Amino acid sequence: MLSRTADHLFWMSRYTERAENTARMLDVHVQTALLPQSTDDAEQGWRAILGISELLYGYEQKYDALTQKEVIDFMVRDPGNPSSIASCLRQARENARAVRGALTTEAWEIQNATWIKMQSYLTTDALEQNPSEFFEWVKHRSHLSRGVTIGTMLKDEAFHFIRLGTFLERADNTARIIDVKFHGAKETQGKQSQQQSQQQSQGLLRKDDDQQIDFYYWAAILRSVSGFEIYRKVYRDVITPERVAELLILRGDMPRSLLACMDQVLSNLKNVHNDVSADTERFAGKLHADLQFSRIEEILDAGLHDYLTVFLERIFELGNRISKDFLVPLAA
Amino acid sequence: MAKFFDEMYSGDGASVRKHYDEFAAWQSSQSAETIARKRAESDLIFRRVGITFAVYGNDAGTERLIPFDIIPRIIHAAEWAKLEAGLVQRVKTLNMFIHDIYHDQKIIKAGVIPAEQIFQNAQYRPEMQDVDVASDIYAHIAGVDIVRAGEGEFYVLEDNLRVPSGVSYMLENRKMMMRLFPELFTRHKIAPVDHYPDMLLDNLRSVAPVGVIDPTVVVMTPGMYNSAYFEHAFLAQQMGVELVEGKDLFVKDNTVYMRTTRGPKRVDVIYRRIDDDYLDPLAFRADSSLGVPGLLAAYRAGKVTLANAIGTGVADDKSIYPYVPDMIKFYLSEEPILNNVPTYQCRKKEDLSYTLANLDKLVVKEVHGAGGYGMLVGPASSKQEIEDFRQRIIAKPDGYIAQPTLALSVCPTYVESGIAPRHLDLRPFVLSGKTVSMVKGGLTRVALKDGSLVVNSSQGGGTKDTWILEK
Repeated sequence: MLSRTADHLFWMSRYTERAENTARMLDVHVQTALLPQSTDDAEQGWRAILGISELLYGYEQKYDALTQKEVIDFMVRDPGNPSSIASCLRQARENARAVRGALTTEAWEIQNATWIKMQSYLTTDALEQNPSEFFEWVKHRSHLSRGVTIGTMLKDEAFHFIRLGTFLERADNTARIIDVKFHGAKETQGKQSQQQSQQQSQGLLRKDDDQQIDFYYWAAILRSVSGFEIYRKVYRDVITPERVAELLILRGDMPRSLLACMDQVLSNLKNVHNDVSADTERFAGKLHADLQFSRIEEILDAGLHDYLTVFLERIFELGNRISKDFLVPLAA
Repeated sequence: MAKFFDEMYSGDGASVRKHYDEFAAWQSSQSAETIARKRAESDLIFRRVGITFAVYGNDAGTERLIPFDIIPRIIHAAEWAKLEAGLVQRVKTLNMFIHDIYHDQKIIKAGVIPAEQIFQNAQYRPEMQDVDVASDIYAHIAGVDIVRAGEGEFYVLEDNLRVPSGVSYMLENRKMMMRLFPELFTRHKIAPVDHYPDMLLDNLRSVAPVGVIDPTVVVMTPGMYNSAYFEHAFLAQQMGVELVEGKDLFVKDNTVYMRTTRGPKRVDVIYRRIDDDYLDPLAFRADSSLGVPGLLAAYRAGKVTLANAIGTGVADDKSIYPYVPDMIKFYLSEEPILNNVPTYQCRKKEDLSYTLANLDKLVVKEVHGAGGYGMLVGPASSKQEIEDFRQRIIAKPDGYIAQPTLALSVCPTYVESGIAPRHLDLRPFVLSGKTVSMVKGGLTRVALKDGSLVVNSSQGGGTKDTWILEK
């Protein structure tokens, strides 16, 4: 297929997935905000949201205070924020429109209808009235988009590039969600404070902090990736940070875990193999193997934040390699 | 208001024409609420499916719906048979004409058309002189605009041999009608149009360069901000071929390739929906980023087919139009089946003085204009507009032709105040390859403004489903 077509499909599904994960994160924080907490804690929560998406700087250029209303506005509506849900859904639709012929009619209509409905959402105050309902809607549209892809599309290259985009983006987003606590620390810029917050997050993992805070914090993370019930099913035990990390990083049967994402990235990548892609497959294979053969204790001992930072760098590199090999080939 | 031929009613609107009987009976059984609901539904569906056209000028990326009217334009079998025969005759002739112009120029030598009309025409492409194209076909897809003035009285307005658009609306309008009113299709025998993309693909494959066994066809678009982008994507999808932009293609050793995820792939036939001027920055407009450097060379070398060919504009230009009936006689020794609108060529002295003396009765068009821009509809214009136009014609007589204002037929159409007669035209799509073929039907465009004769969608026109009844 055309490289440009593959590129559009890849980004269509990445943007859809990103919108979904942003909605997931925001939803959990809106719900967490209903619990009794200090203004400081609330502010820290919102800072974390912006931090993991690398949007704190952009936000601070625009707003003075960290309030729920403004963060949601920035993360949902703001056309100037390329990662806002509105921006993501618009870009998903633009990418789909550019290659609508490569999609089934149903697949295209889902993207188009989502975008049309999004616009009407933005003209009402539905988002302010009931944010959770809106986030739920974003999630459902993403489910629908994946479902229609699987349910209607030929399993050809177009399909594999769409799936590749979904899981590469999900791997990235899940890693960021797990790392949210690190970004919650008040000053994330300075090196010193980075170490501080790292100790803080590891402190949490050593369970020598207040257990109740721990519970709500990790339960929220689980919920944001639809993992709360899965956790109960898998562990049949109280929620501990080690197990949450294990579930979200290393469990191949947890559909949003890093390992599960890399399973999919790897198999879809193999399906589109070409003359120059062997190195990229090897690169993805190593990343996959690292997850497959790691134990959670090793990861935590070495530091969760450091581990996730390296993981995100490798995902970024993998994305670049896929671009170079398939999507925007430099040479003729 | 003058009396116009009504497609649905005869007499003074008293009686329904026979081929509209069934529809009229059905229509009278529908409640106003049902109709209103169905009309709203069609709007919603068109928007959801994304059948839109991009609007130029305002902020880029705006998309607008073309208004769709649910009252069909119905043509009975006998009338269509005549139309079809006329279209085949005309398009066959035009292809012979283009081939002749770019080879022996017999028609000029015979004195049928003055040489300067060809060689001073900006649409004549010297690059095409003596270039052989597959099957000697140049206009593989023609969208001939036809209007009706009376019973069985059809006129060709324009031949549209470059990149005619609108066929996707023909197909989508049919789909919409079947979705909204399936019962109508059991009550009528309506010729299907859905197989058009199949015929198109077949036609394109049939004109592949000599020696190519299993040709790769692509549709080439200027991109998603082009007003007809929906159609480009639609046709590529319906034919199951790639939709490419210029940057997806490259030329190496006079062969055209597309960049794919598995490396370069050879392209044999390009159904290009992009004007000659933008095809190849090395040959035509150097500032074009839409084209493919080297494409013309590959084309001239016979390594790729362009549909339509380069230089077809020389045959559908308004300054050549008046000669088409003579062409038909010259090449086929046949009498023209379809009428030409009598045309005054302002480049001729006597025609110019007639035109200037009768501006209030005539339609004056720019020779190279398109899309309903740059024209004067005399009877509908103010004194001032007529005087302004007069100055433009005097300044550059060569640039204009004039035609009597045709009494275009009307068809009942839903408008704000209810149902009212509105003027319409018809654009059937004629395919030429090894044979000349078409689906029974076309795009009916309707002027939604009261009394307006301009049906172009860029000027607020709408569309209707077109039914050719089978006997």
